[in-house]
Amino acid sequence: MSIKKSLTVLLAGTSALASSMSFAAEEVNVYSYRQPFLIEPMMKEFTAETGVKVNILFAKKGLIERIKREGKLSTADLMLTSDFSRLTMFTEEGLAQPVDSDILNKNIPSQFHGAEKQWYALTSRARNIYSSVERVGPAPTITYQDLATPAFKGKVCMRSGKHPYNVSLLASIIAHEGEAKAKTWLEGLKANLARKPQGNDRAQVKAVKEGLCDYALTNSYYLGKMLNDPKQVAWAESVHINFPNQATTGTHVNVSGIALTKYAPNKNNAIKLMEFLSGDVAQQMYAEINYEYPVKEDVQPSKLVASWGKFKADDIKLSDIAAQHQAAIKLLDEVKFDL
Amino acid sequence: MISKSFNLYKLLPWVVTCILLSPVLAIFFSAFSTDESGSFQHLIDTVLSTYISNSLLVIVYVVLLSILFALPCAWFVACCEFPTREKLQWMLMLPLAMPPYIIAIVYTDLLDFAGPVQLTIRALFDWQPSDYYFPEVRTLFGASVILALSLFPYLYLLLRGAFLTQSAGLFHAARTLGVPPLRAFWRVSIPLSRSAMAVGVSLIAMETLGDFATVNYFAVHTLTTAIYDTWLELGSLTTAAKISSLMLLAIVILISLESYSRRKQQVYQRNGSGNTELRFVLTGWQKWGVLAFTWSLLAFSLFIPIATLLYYAVNYFNASLNNDLMQYTLNSLWLAFLVAILSILVALLVNFYQRLSPGLGAKSSIRLSSLGYAVPGTVVAIGVLIPLTSIDLWLNDVLLGLDLKPVGLLLSGSLVILVLGYLVRFSAIAVGSIDSNLVQVSPSLDFASRTLGNGPVKTLWRVNIPLIRKGMLTAFILVFIESMKELPAALLLRPFNFETLATYVYQFVSDEMIELAALPALMIIGLGLVPFIVVNRLLEKKT
Repeated sequence: MSIKKSLTVLLAGTSALASSMSFAAEEVNVYSYRQPFLIEPMMKEFTAETGVKVNILFAKKGLIERIKREGKLSTADLMLTSDFSRLTMFTEEGLAQPVDSDILNKNIPSQFHGAEKQWYALTSRARNIYSSVERVGPAPTITYQDLATPAFKGKVCMRSGKHPYNVSLLASIIAHEGEAKAKTWLEGLKANLARKPQGNDRAQVKAVKEGLCDYALTNSYYLGKMLNDPKQVAWAESVHINFPNQATTGTHVNVSGIALTKYAPNKNNAIKLMEFLSGDVAQQMYAEINYEYPVKEDVQPSKLVASWGKFKADDIKLSDIAAQHQAAIKLLDEVKFDL
Repeated sequence: MISKSFNLYKLLPWVVTCILLSPVLAIFFSAFSTDESGSFQHLIDTVLSTYISNSLLVIVYVVLLSILFALPCAWFVACCEFPTREKLQWMLMLPLAMPPYIIAIVYTDLLDFAGPVQLTIRALFDWQPSDYYFPEVRTLFGASVILALSLFPYLYLLLRGAFLTQSAGLFHAARTLGVPPLRAFWRVSIPLSRSAMAVGVSLIAMETLGDFATVNYFAVHTLTTAIYDTWLELGSLTTAAKISSLMLLAIVILISLESYSRRKQQVYQRNGSGNTELRFVLTGWQKWGVLAFTWSLLAFSLFIPIATLLYYAVNYFNASLNNDLMQYTLNSLWLAFLVAILSILVALLVNFYQRLSPGLGAKSSIRLSSLGYAVPGTVVAIGVLIPLTSIDLWLNDVLLGLDLKPVGLLLSGSLVILVLGYLVRFSAIAVGSIDSNLVQVSPSLDFASRTLGNGPVKTLWRVNIPLIRKGMLTAFILVFIESMKELPAALLLRPFNFETLATYVYQFVSDEMIELAALPALMIIGLGLVPFIVVNRLLEKKT
């Protein structure tokens, strides 16, 4: 009797728990490597326009693994990432499905499509070198390669080499110059660091302001975010933003992007959301709120971002960089970059 | 009738153990599948030795620091008399409510090169960065201090309990025989509290080994880093599983060694609560020394972090106030409550199994059910996903085969998976704290009850459970608080539209936005403190 009773209780409990996840009719489910507060404004706008509810599940690690395990039962429709190495990993695992949409084709230039349209980039961001206003001034001719030369000894700050943004920069250098040269560069860079890699991109700017280092390797949009925060504006004003490698390969650019999952249960809504995010309204919001570069060609970057000037971006194919992702990780271990 | 329920008592613990063990086993088996990526070899060739030594160093530092913090505190509070002692005895437990990743973000913010402390020093003396030495916060030792500050109460709690239940008579007998106090402490009190010490130290060691957020925040790379790198960046679950298995093996060996060395010890005392009138009354420098030690420990582990968070919460109040905060709070609360209750049930099952039929089988069920605690949260998360998604996929196929409506991700897409993940991680705490309570209950009580004609179940219910009430309440609080703080498993396993306070805080912590993380972080701490204080008051009244 007691077993039967406890089984009943258990089952009742299970179904109560399970029912707490029942969904409304019109909706789309997003697994996101990007923080919710960065994308919420666009999602709200989408819901206001279409009536489709957007459910977001954010995590920094492991979402690809989860979706892989869930297989054909997964309720996720879209995967949103903050860099392209995860996008390519996602497609290489066979977890995405191609989307052929006239709107996406029209809005997003082809260099921002996955090879078989299995993913699309939504915004791009430059990997900048910030220089101290006080001690260095603008450095318009600076290159990533300079950071590894003896003249920069003890002057460079950056976050963990294993952060996706730094991994993809290193991967792009491997793609351009080969592994041997990239390794020499990485060793030179490590030798020049003012401190062990740590903190986030903002923390590097803070360190420049405080005189710990003269140069920081940081993404473009952080400057916009800091200039907009009354308590952080002093940090932002202590640095110049420089676009490296203008005379050579061009500045390294990473993208945030989106992919449709293989078993998306709300496929139509998901494509609707993809199209919306590539459209004028959302692209404008990305530009104005997050200070990212819109991928849609006729949408202008925000005034602030535009004031940093136009720059030559590295035009190497994203897939060529992604192909070096694992090599980059291994190289970081070999030179014990973070240790 | 008796034999029937007796069998159930043997079967049920193993069922529970198997459920709790399945994620760990899933990981373990993945370790033996073939791996063509060569990433394990790559790790051995490059960073593995550094990771291993870092992991060991962090564990050693955290354990030593925790003993340094907890042992004196526990003894002062249990065996000495000095002003504020009564306040201290429960306040010293409160740092448990502080998530280490929150303490970490607070101290890096305060002590960082660009933080207020160093800014003030530079402004005060008009120094340049190169003019002075300031200990680097983001180091291995820094991370160890932070972890010890939030973990030492485990040891304190267990040691204080041990010192209190040790009959003061033994200590005073030693004193009467002319042994000086410190020596008596060393020769009598410490050996008597060895089981509490062992449980506390192993809890702390396991928690440290499983930590990722804190060490990662301090740019310290340990075996957990290796797991994440190989699995999520190099895409090799096999290598990640191999490293996890090695870590598990180390833990198992450690725990077995300890309990082997303790095999001949049997400590039973009939004298429940210590004779409080026999406390040493501290005066003069001893009094001031003890006060300075205990209160500054509380300042660093509790007051300074809370004050810093309060400062940010007030300054960014409007920006951090969120309509959904109430919902997240409720989610955290009932989840923590449920997990705490369930883990006590698990602990009672396996502990009583051992008491009823002691032997290798029972012992293994205790050890095995606790293994998940040492596994990093994200690994537990994947470990839980493997069996549950398999069951879901199988169930749906079966239903489809029977022409029934498929149920989708019944287990892995709902809160069931989250609850199981928490249980896998935290039952060890409940098992440990009930175990250390139960071993002090003399078996002669059981024998008496059985002689009087009570069955084993009735004996447990009527005799043992009332005697370990304290251990059960402790287990409840500890698991409740751990569940409130839990991050990595919640992050990965939660269903859509379900946030806990911890996952909500994390989206800000992950970008070092302490100003927006402050308010919800304070709520985690506050809600952890409440049951603490309530239950503690209850306990104090009853003893």
